Amino acid sequence: MEQTVNIFLYGKKYAVPSNLTIMAAMEYAGYQLTRGCGCRNGFCGACATIYRIKGDTELKVCLACQTKVEENMYIATLPFFPLVKQVYDIQKIGPTEQIMMQLYPEIYSCIGCNACTKACTQSLNVMQYIAYAQRGEYEKCAEESFDCVMCGVCSSRCPAGISHPQVAMLARRLNGKYLAPECGHLKDRVKEINDGTFQELMEALMQKPLTELKELYNNREIEK
Amino acid sequence: MYNEKMRESMAKVEANREANAKMDPRRMTAEEKETLLATFHPDYIENQFTTLTVGPNKGEKVPLELCALLEANSRVKGLQIDLENPTYDVDVLIIGGGGAGSSAAIEAHEKGANVMIVTKLRIGDANTMMAEGGIQAADKPNDSPAIHYIDALGGGHFANKPELLYRLVTEAPDAIAWLNDLGVEFDKMPDGTMVTTHGGGTSRKRMHAAKDYSGAEIMRTLRDEVLNRDIPVVDFTSAIELILDDKGNAAGAVLMNMETGEIMVARAKTVIIATGGCGRLHYQGFPTSNHYGATADGLVLGYRAGAKLLYQDTLQYHPTGAAYPEQIFGALVTEKVRSLGAMLINVDGVPFMNPLETRDVSAASIIRECKERGKGVETPEGYGIWLDTPMIELKGGEGTIEKRIPAMMRMFGKYGIDIRKEPILIYPTLHYQNGGLEIKADNETCIPGLYVAGEAVGGIHGRNRLMGNSLLDIIVFGRSAGKNAADKAKDVVLGKLTLDHVEKFAKEMEDAGIKTDVVSPKLLPDYTRKV
Repeated sequence: MEQTVNIFLYGKKYAVPSNLTIMAAMEYAGYQLTRGCGCRNGFCGACATIYRIKGDTELKVCLACQTKVEENMYIATLPFFPLVKQVYDIQKIGPTEQIMMQLYPEIYSCIGCNACTKACTQSLNVMQYIAYAQRGEYEKCAEESFDCVMCGVCSSRCPAGISHPQVAMLARRLNGKYLAPECGHLKDRVKEINDGTFQELMEALMQKPLTELKELYNNREIEK
Repeated sequence: MYNEKMRESMAKVEANREANAKMDPRRMTAEEKETLLATFHPDYIENQFTTLTVGPNKGEKVPLELCALLEANSRVKGLQIDLENPTYDVDVLIIGGGGAGSSAAIEAHEKGANVMIVTKLRIGDANTMMAEGGIQAADKPNDSPAIHYIDALGGGHFANKPELLYRLVTEAPDAIAWLNDLGVEFDKMPDGTMVTTHGGGTSRKRMHAAKDYSGAEIMRTLRDEVLNRDIPVVDFTSAIELILDDKGNAAGAVLMNMETGEIMVARAKTVIIATGGCGRLHYQGFPTSNHYGATADGLVLGYRAGAKLLYQDTLQYHPTGAAYPEQIFGALVTEKVRSLGAMLINVDGVPFMNPLETRDVSAASIIRECKERGKGVETPEGYGIWLDTPMIELKGGEGTIEKRIPAMMRMFGKYGIDIRKEPILIYPTLHYQNGGLEIKADNETCIPGLYVAGEAVGGIHGRNRLMGNSLLDIIVFGRSAGKNAADKAKDVVLGKLTLDHVEKFAKEMEDAGIKTDVVSPKLLPDYTRKV
């Protein structure tokens, strides 16, 4: 007999094998998931989950697909959270300090409680990246927030009503488009292709008989 | 975390690490690869395939699990559907909200089309989100589209459709530039030079990445752009059947609300299938690296409407799925781990192959090492081979792992395995649908007005795809599908909407004597415990 633990899904008790993730335990209990299940691999943020171990005062958060069940775990999933997503034209805005003020002014109401950081399912320093955003330091905000899966748990705990993942999203796009150094060799190559530089070479290659193509492939020089 | 037997084997990996790191195991010859694949690759296990008895590919080979869905009952069977009063009426209907669907939506919108996305989960719940390693483009001075072409052609066993592969490689640099312009953050040097690495089977270092969140970074940016443009995204709504008009053109789809079961009709002048892959069909019982909705829906929809499949019998098993711990069994361990220098090591601490062979060859070689040679490490689910991650720090310097593959460090870290100090156990996992619906160079199928983009397409990658060519293809072909479908929609005058093709297909099945209780498309896998 495999080892089991007692868990409480939305308050209802189930005995499940102790080696399961929360997500697999829900399915073991009989839930056919539609909401709250996406990549099952820790990348999509669909399965944000809040839990408390009986007797603890602390509320913990996690991704259901990435967390093993524990004895006396009280579980509530958070398959959707109403984040505020402002609409903007990335081609028309710039990486100015004012843009955050304009689109997400609530970030300046941060009271520094750090509930967001404590709530992050990816263990990011959320309050710190919001501080960077306040100061217009988008490169730092982008780096600090890079692993965000936009599950929204941080925002659910924020007394100032900040939609942290959307703030970070804006910062990363500003950084990727405007602040990160421009790539010269990419620009050159796109121009060469548009100018038809490789046209003849490609056509000649595509007309080669199969034996010759195989020859070319099997004798490729491989960059070290 | 590791048990005692694993630790014993791991001690040998550690003891040999410095010596192993200096080795560069030779690549296999073409003949060696052929024999290996024929003996150990799952695509060659004859009894796992059958022959299609109805539809456009009648008489061709297909995996058992896919056949069951292609030759199944329609979800609209027995329903009264009012095709005359559609809930949605648009120029371009995109089925699927992953990277290909989102790229298509952005470009169709750019062309001024009235475009809509339907997706059975949320926008971004897609394999794109989970792609870790990177995206190929020949944009460095020592590289060219021609070299990229040869790499992909050889890797695909020379079966790639030339006109599609041509587009993939020649439009790759522009795809990167487009993403960069949307604000996707690529790993760059301070002077702007892209940080690029090898993938299995590449002859130049052309893998561009955003750490090991490459797909996630691309997907969240595309999603943000779709939302900024106010493109309607109807989520938790699946397409359960295509609608044609009485002239045989694609004309929309029957939709189903995934939560309430409500049936709706979307009329559209052109339709793009961007439904992705099939990993959740668990071919041959393999675990999968794919997202929850990867059930080959688009292939079923297209096939029933008369679109042809190509290479439906070839699947990609990613060589390095997590073999341990069991909670992440089958999860993707990015190929970038090998690009950065980690080697594949057997139970005795011996490297048994060059770590950068193509995926099909690597997977077959790992299966052989475990099954034939008995050199695998025992795990609760079967076997595993060591992927010696600490070798990355040895070769690239301390801190390389945290900087370049933070997602991998986090994934194993949650189970008490520090991949900077301890190697990890891997085994092949079902990863990618090499085949799919056949398209012309302009993304259109043999059904006028029906376009396909992304993993649902067959032919771009031949019979085996190289790492980094999938993130590339969803952008290149997603964009062109959007543009071409939008252009075509301008001239389309729809006739009377019909589902006659569904009945015709059912009749063909009946005539062939097929009796089945299976209903398709599958939409979602069922993992609930049956008691």
